[in-house]
Order: sequence, then structure tokens, then C-alpha cells
Amino acid sequence: MATIVRDKKDRPLVAITGCGVVTSLGRGKQDNWRALTQGRSGIRQISRFPTDGLRTTIAGTVDFLNVVPHSSPALTIAMATAAAEEALAEAEFARTESFPGPLCLATPPAELEWPQRKLLWDEMAGSELAGYQRLLAAARSHEHAEMAGLFQFGSVADHLAERFGTRGLPVSVSTACASGATAIQLGVEAIRRGEIQAALCIGTDSSVQIEALIRFILLSALSTRNELPQKASRPFSKDRDGFVMAEGAGALVLEDYASARARGANIIGFVRGCGEKADDYHRTRSKPDGTAIIGAIRNALADASMEPDQIDYINAHGTSTPENDKMEYQSLKAVLGGHLSTTPISSNKSMIGHTLSAAGAIEAIFSLLAIRTGKLPPTINYDLPDPDIPLDVVPNHARDARVATVLSNSFGFGGQNASLVLGAP
Amino acid sequence: MLHSDSEVWITGIGLASSLGEGNATHSDVLTGRHSGMPVVDGTAFAPYPVHPLARLDFSKQIPKNSDQRQMEGWQKLGVYAAGLALEDAGIKAHPDLLDRTDLAVAAGSGERDTAVDCKVLEASGGPGNSPLRANEILPTALRPTLFLAQLSNLLAGNISIVHHVTGSSRTFMGEEMAGLAAIESAFRRVAAGQCDICLAGGALNAEREDLLLSYELGRNLWHQPYVRIEDRAPGGGGFVPGSVGAFLVFEQRKHAEARAVRPYARLTAVETDRAHRRSNAATNPLAQVISRVEHIVTPNTAAVFSGASGVAPVTASELAFLDSLKSCGLIDYAWTYGNLLGHSVEAHFPAGIALAALALRARRVSLALVGENSVSEDASSVDRIVVTAVGPRCGEGLALLEPIV
Repeated sequence: MATIVRDKKDRPLVAITGCGVVTSLGRGKQDNWRALTQGRSGIRQISRFPTDGLRTTIAGTVDFLNVVPHSSPALTIAMATAAAEEALAEAEFARTESFPGPLCLATPPAELEWPQRKLLWDEMAGSELAGYQRLLAAARSHEHAEMAGLFQFGSVADHLAERFGTRGLPVSVSTACASGATAIQLGVEAIRRGEIQAALCIGTDSSVQIEALIRFILLSALSTRNELPQKASRPFSKDRDGFVMAEGAGALVLEDYASARARGANIIGFVRGCGEKADDYHRTRSKPDGTAIIGAIRNALADASMEPDQIDYINAHGTSTPENDKMEYQSLKAVLGGHLSTTPISSNKSMIGHTLSAAGAIEAIFSLLAIRTGKLPPTINYDLPDPDIPLDVVPNHARDARVATVLSNSFGFGGQNASLVLGAP
Repeated sequence: MLHSDSEVWITGIGLASSLGEGNATHSDVLTGRHSGMPVVDGTAFAPYPVHPLARLDFSKQIPKNSDQRQMEGWQKLGVYAAGLALEDAGIKAHPDLLDRTDLAVAAGSGERDTAVDCKVLEASGGPGNSPLRANEILPTALRPTLFLAQLSNLLAGNISIVHHVTGSSRTFMGEEMAGLAAIESAFRRVAAGQCDICLAGGALNAEREDLLLSYELGRNLWHQPYVRIEDRAPGGGGFVPGSVGAFLVFEQRKHAEARAVRPYARLTAVETDRAHRRSNAATNPLAQVISRVEHIVTPNTAAVFSGASGVAPVTASELAFLDSLKSCGLIDYAWTYGNLLGHSVEAHFPAGIALAALALRARRVSLALVGENSVSEDASSVDRIVVTAVGPRCGEGLALLEPIV
């Protein structure tokens, strides 16, 4: 019997042939999966910059890559590079410097940071100029090629495209905290159109810098449990009080299944379906009836030609904010109905925090590892269940389970909702 | 693929710029009914000339004050232009259509509170080890929701909130590459039937010191008295930013025909790439992308609407290449649309496509505008138009538009 290389909608099947990950728990799938299945947290006090006087002083920072001098884009690039190297090694392409497809990148918006702004200001010491006139004069009169090469919106993609020799225009996408899932979706769509045989999809985010932290504090989005950082992120618990900012990167090699088979690649899993739905209710909150989140999940299932009861495990968005976890539960309940009560669902964010633009990609990889290893990572810090969210959250300890199909959710500010259905090989 | 059901039609255009707002305003300039003189402000951001946004009554497209207060200039301009495009395509009052209209937005990010920035910098004292006092000042000085006026994907978010466009929503970043990626993604999805109808475009608010700073760091700006793009090379090159909001509705032909909407033009091809320009400054940035459409561009292509920015050396390379096409008789003329609108970075490619679509609908382009010495009063031919956009450092692409007759 001929191998099936197209899905039920007669589109090319999209296989995953390599993945790599960096989080506050470490570099690589092995270290991360060991820590996750042991229920370890990577959340800690921020040491990168002074946090005196701030309501939140903790994050899931990646401090082991020794990026000098430090800047968000430099670390964003370093994490993405490490993750992509791991993914490409696993995918075993013959040529490592020339990836045979495009780069689909989820990355945070670019912006000069305070150390750079102060450097420009100080370059004009003694100047009569005030305000931005002074910064602009510094920009005109001094050389800042390196700064310019890091702080453009296309900078991270440009570095990665150069490093891995990806084809064509590198694509940088932002759908806020759903970006990682969207990057995967862009690759899936291009493969299904038959335009490409492979895509390098990366989500990467190093946003733990002073102004970003303050911005999220001002939106009252963050946990303030600074005393016990590892206990701060507690998705689905009654006493959850916000998310914990975190850093990380996830990289996946997507391939047209037929061409991956033809080159003898090892198949890790499949992207069965992707779904999105924009919300028009509010800039940070979901429609109270959950219709946009419900729409994204339903669209993903429909795209995968699957029924809700075919989902074996849900990798939750599960940010640990009062709003998200409640809305995610209600929306899942609306789609999965009675099947939800018997479907385990866990949030990696209890351990790695919220990796923002990278979360969708990192969590897709953890979903694949759950399929591969037959182990579900727990939701840690689940000591006080929220009675309004009756879910099997795989509390506190990993669990063995046979998983063929995973639903991975990602939701973001600006009404962004994206869900992926990932399947076993 | 010509004349098939899956053709991509442009069925709505929303434009706002230094010239004014709306399709009639921009079309009248293209056809020569109104002067093609660019609007330039040389003093407000001296030494940087900019093309300032014409005065708009934002409440015409953003009726709620509460929505307007949540946005700064960049988002308001984009949401405004998006509203014009939806209205033009006849889908604005159709909730069922809006609910399955997808969004592909090219975006940078929103305005910083520059007064707060300066307050922090002034308090942080002189050079060396003087501490940065951002921790003390920002938590009380920043407006708590300002972040939401800055996040790149919140232009799309506001379009969803204000206009109820709630299919999928994707924001592309990367300066000029953002516009290229948004347009290419929307085009390919519609052409492949992955979506029926898509609102694609972007906005740039050029009148921002924080934005000028990020472009100046890369030495991308023209900071001498205004001259045309073609004349900037001797002065070292650079772009003059222009405030532009440009959105387009792309629609599958059969979808457009079913609702009997009048299209502007057919989008036949979109090609993008990232040429390796660093090793050779004289590289023609369009060599790769044009080779992929050469068989349909030649013969009988009327014109190129070039998105050249003015930045050296890439603009000279592009213009020299276009000159060579013209000398070979492959095109009638090449016109640099940034001379009219300024360079609008993320919004530039969408804006160029919008102008080309208007020209195809009007069936004429003023020869005086495009710099041709004409022996007759006739307008140029506009059978097919290639629109280009080229990033100063990397990323380039083109779109081919054809009339629907």
C-alpha cells in the first residue's frame, strides 16, 4: 500500500523532522525535558538589571548563553541560533549552512533599550542640545552600525537568515503571545501550497529588560510573588496572580512529508492543523463569551479534520493570569464538552514562565516530546485548585500517558488566538 | 492561471498621506488633474525633511473617542486607512464578511513618550557610571496603557476592535520587508484558496523623533534640504520619511464576482527575496525577483512604479537597472512613487500597489508626473504595472498588476 503523503483535505502532509529549544531550564531538549518532567522551575530573581522599587522582580531569564554585551536582540538571536542548531542537527540536512527553505520567525518588536539610549545621550556630553535633538545629533555624529544592526525590526531575522542560509525573504511575524504558533502556521501554509519543501520556524524572545518589565507591571499582568520565585507561576490555581515573564526559543524544521520521506528523514511528528480567530472585544481581554478562543480551537480541529474527542492531551496557554486561565477553561469546555474532563491539560508556564513571542514554538516542541516520550509534563504549584476550573491539570508530578494528538493553545494581546493540532508520526 | 476563479483581485483601496485622503485625491494626482507636487515639511524635524500627514478627521473612521484615546498617531492612521479600504470594498457594514476577512498588517511599533524618555535621560546624569534612573521614573511617568499603543500587533488589534475584522490576524515586521511579507502572504493565501478575502497593508507615522532616531542610527535618512530621490546620490543618499496609511482588499475573483464588486486590478504575481547585497554594493536588487516574472512582464508592460527609497547605493543600482529596461524598450517608463508620498517603510509596498491599482482603474498616468517629456497631451499607457519595494539594506520584491477589462 502506498504511503499516504496528503491529508484528508488532499493537501501535502506537514512533518516535523527536527526541533530545538532553549529556556530558563537550560539548553536543549534533553535538559529541558528532564527538568520539566521533574517539575522543576526556572523562575528566579532578575539579576540582569536593578529591580529596586519594582512590584515584580522575578522572571525566567536565560543567563547561561554569555551574550556580551547584553541586549535583548543579541540574546534573542543567540537563543534562536542555539535552538535552530539543535533542530537542524536532528533534521540531518546534508548542508548545515544552507537551509533549503524560508525562515518563519516569531520575534518581539524591536526597540532601543535604556543602556543604548543613555549611551547616545552621553556621547553628546557638554552639548547644549536637549531631548531627542541630542540623541539624533549623537546618531549623526558617531558610528552606530552595530546598534543599527541589532535594533531594527528585521535585525533578528536578518542575522538568522545569514547564519543558516535560509531561502528567500526572511519573515518576521508578531501576533503577541501567539507569535510562535503563527510562525509555525506560516510554514505549514507554504508547504501546503506546494511552494516549498521545508521551512525553519522559530519563536524566540528575550524581553526581560527594564522597560518591558515595567510595562507589564503597569498593565497589572505579572505575578508579584517575588519571595518564592519558583512558586510564582501557578496556572489554574485559585490563588494565581499573574504571569511570569520569561525568555527562550524554540525552533522546528517543518517539511513536506513526501520530500522528507524521500530523503530518509526521521519524522518526529506532524502539524495536523492550525486555527486562528481574531477577537474584536478589547485590547487585552477576551470576549466574555469566549467565541474568539472557541473559534481558534474549532478552526484548528477543522483544519486537522478531527473531532474534539481525538485530542489526547492539551498543552495549555495557561499563563497563570486570573483572566486567561478562566477563559481558556470555558472555551475548551465549549469545544470539547464532556471529553474535557478526561483530557489531561498542563501548562509548561508553571515552570518556564511565559516566553511571550516564543511560547507557541516552545510549547509545540514540548507537545511533541510528550508524544515521543509518553510522558505528560505537570502543572506545578497546583496546591489550591480553582473550583471554577475543574480540569485534570496533571498536578505537580509528571504522568505516563500514550499521546497521539495534542492541542496546543496560544493567545495574545490584541485579540490574537491561535491553536495547533500536533500529531504522532 | 489567467482568468481562472482563483485570480487575486484588488477590490478595495484605503489611502491617506501627505497629499490627503481617499482614492479620488490620489488618483487625481496620478492622472494629472491635480498637481503632483510633494508636500514636504523641512522645519518641524530639521535637519530631516518629512512628508507630514494631511489633516484627517479620525472620527470618520474611528467614531469612538475611547478608541481614539487608546491609540497614538501610527495606529490611528492605520486604522483610518483600513476603514477606507473596507468601505471602498463594500464590506464595512457586512458583519458576516468582516468575520471571515483575514488581516495581514505590516507594522513597526507605536510612538514612545519622548518627554518621559528625556526626563529619564536628564535625571540619569552624565557619562560613565552614573546610574540609569529608569526604575524610579518610568513606573509613575508612563501611561499604563501606552504599551498597547506601541505593540506592533496592536495596529491589527485595533483594526479588529474598530472595524470588526475578525478572521485571522497576522502582523509582519522588518521595515520594508514587513510590507513585502504581508502583501506576499496575503496574495499567496488568496491565490491558493487559503482565504477568500484579506485586508492587507500598513501605516507609517513619519512625524516622530523616536522613529527618526532608529533610522538615523542606520544612516538611512536624508538630512539636507529636500530634493527628489533620483538627485540624492551626490549628497550621500537617504530617505525622506512620509506619513502614509495604505490598505488593500485582496479577494478571490469568484468571491468578488459573487458579490458583484467592481475590481481595480488583478494582482498577477508577487515575488520577494533577500539578495546578498553586502558583498557587492552595486548589485541590482531586483535581478532575482524580476527573473521570476520576466516571461509575463515582457512584452507589453507599461511601467514600473519603483519603491526606491533614496538610500545609497541601492537606489542607484535599482534606478540604473530600470533605465536599462527602458532603453531596451521593455517598459515605457519608471516612476519613483516615493517622490510623491515620501518613503513609508512598512507601508511603502502596499502604498505603491494602491497607486498602481488606482492608475489601472483610471487608465492613465500623467506623463508630467512620471517625468516623461511627452510630444502629446496623451497620458502614458498603463497596461501592466510592476511595483517594486527595496529595503535599504536587505529585502526586495515586486508585484505585477494588470487591468481587468
